[in-house]
Amino acid sequence: MIPTLLVVATIVFIINRIIPGDPAAVMLGPQASVQDVADMRERLGLDKPVFYQYIDYILNLLKGDFGTSIYYKESVLTLILDRFPNTILLSSAALFIAVMIGIPAGMIAATKQNSLLDYVVMLGALIGVSMPVFWLGLMLVLQFSVNLGWFPATGIGSLDNGFGNVFKHLILPAVTLSTIPMATFARITRSSMLEVVSQDYIKTARAKGVREFFVICKHALKNALTPILTVMGMQVSLMLGGSVLTETIFSWPGMGRLIIDAIDKRDFMVVQGAVLFVAVIFVVTNLVIDILYKAVNPRINYASGKEEGSS
Amino acid sequence: MSERIPAAGNAGAEPQLPVRSKKKSNLFFKKLVRNKLALAGLVIITLMIVTALFAPLIATHPPEKMDAANALAAPGTNGHLLGTDNYGRDLFSRIVYGTQISIVVGLLSVGFGAVAGTLLGLVAGYYGGKLDGVIMRIMDGLFAFPFILLAITLMTALGNGLTNVIIAIGVASIPGFARLVRGQVLSVKEEEFVEVARSIGSPNVRIIFTNILPNCMAPIIVYGTMSIAGAILSEAALSFLGLGVQPPTPTWGNILKDGKDFLVLSPHMAMFSGLAILLTVVGFNIFGDGLRDSLDPKMKI
Repeated sequence: MIPTLLVVATIVFIINRIIPGDPAAVMLGPQASVQDVADMRERLGLDKPVFYQYIDYILNLLKGDFGTSIYYKESVLTLILDRFPNTILLSSAALFIAVMIGIPAGMIAATKQNSLLDYVVMLGALIGVSMPVFWLGLMLVLQFSVNLGWFPATGIGSLDNGFGNVFKHLILPAVTLSTIPMATFARITRSSMLEVVSQDYIKTARAKGVREFFVICKHALKNALTPILTVMGMQVSLMLGGSVLTETIFSWPGMGRLIIDAIDKRDFMVVQGAVLFVAVIFVVTNLVIDILYKAVNPRINYASGKEEGSS
Repeated sequence: MSERIPAAGNAGAEPQLPVRSKKKSNLFFKKLVRNKLALAGLVIITLMIVTALFAPLIATHPPEKMDAANALAAPGTNGHLLGTDNYGRDLFSRIVYGTQISIVVGLLSVGFGAVAGTLLGLVAGYYGGKLDGVIMRIMDGLFAFPFILLAITLMTALGNGLTNVIIAIGVASIPGFARLVRGQVLSVKEEEFVEVARSIGSPNVRIIFTNILPNCMAPIIVYGTMSIAGAILSEAALSFLGLGVQPPTPTWGNILKDGKDFLVLSPHMAMFSGLAILLTVVGFNIFGDGLRDSLDPKMKI
């Protein structure tokens, strides 16, 4: 995990320091004087050799210093931590919807394989994984905010007006963000379940008279969970990315919105810090998922690096 | 694929993969055509490519010609099939021309990512050791960034424009291909025909390109097809955020971005451009699904 994090930080450093011309000039815009640019270069430490800049950058990161925003004049980490809970709220709500609908839909499709219901679920899932979420968001706003007036189109509301207010603001963005993971869960659950239900222990369970509901929900689902968890790890990354677009459409004050605003304002310290933060979250989440694997499938033994036995 | 073990041949003769028999490729095409969804995908993709190639013949108006008197016209008025946008430009013609950018970005960026990722994956998987460690740690690092966020960050560094969009999406696609190919190489290089090639003294580069790469092609093709769908979505997302190909060039993302500002007044702008994106992406996705099912239903992609 540590080497990955170092590589992640290095990639962000390279993208932001070496590829463009002069970050100081870009930040200040075309009207800046030569002196202004020189001052800014000094402030950012850009007058030092690249290698020293890199060492400074890594050392600062270790101290938790993500730099200072040019526009807000605040610590980048403070800005990130202000908005991060909002992104967590949005992503968790979306993940909740995706799991609660996607996994049962996949299970139903698998148990009723090749039925009309199966085809409908799979067609829906196919459209879901292909969905441009930014477009879906706009269409939901058009239908449910503009035409029907059920939900507010933008913002996060305020807890001062009660939790219901925030909840109302949360629905449309969460549904938007949940589409792709929901469809992905439905597909992976279906294929994973189909593989499992043909196994002998399922036949045994049926033969000894376990009710079909328990066969599917207890015996089969538990064994079908490993691929679902793998996909879930990937979806976390996709959702953090998708939140950039969803938050832009719904003016949701989270990390994604912060990044896009910072790009508009040429506040590259914030872009750099926020992107790095998202990558770190992803690496940590996947570590958690690795641990969950072991809880779900005790056969996985990391010490030997192999899966013992076969299912 | 393991059944395709070449004859050992005489010493000094080049170990060659047996040419895939005609019967086998016929079977593949039969399977592909029989898969109705895949066929539908192929039809959609062909339609998109034809639209992109013959855009000047299909479009009813010049895509960038403004007509203030006819701004925000509803679909079907004054010969505007899908209506007009806020500058009075014909929406149908803009969407038709927008196909060009989507197809070009989809094919070139994935082509770039596939070539670079495949080379890295081949080298990492074949040579193993420290080289493998270094390459794959960098790939892990790139993989830690959400795809679209990596593309966004690269665009802020590179600046706007078509070439940069292709580079940004291409670079973001590299780690996916590298991981996929490395995994394939690890299993293929244990096959007997690779051992045979090595034992008769074939140089590593030849083994990689004539023995190993051809046996990794099926998953690369399937993954590539699905990546094109992702690349088209990402291009539209970048344009939508104002980071892609700049206006007035018509791209689906740009049209959608304009449509967002006139969502209440003229929802058709956002609606049709989004449908074009959705249809194309569905096309590539189902074609990819069909390819996988026809090539090897057990492929883990």
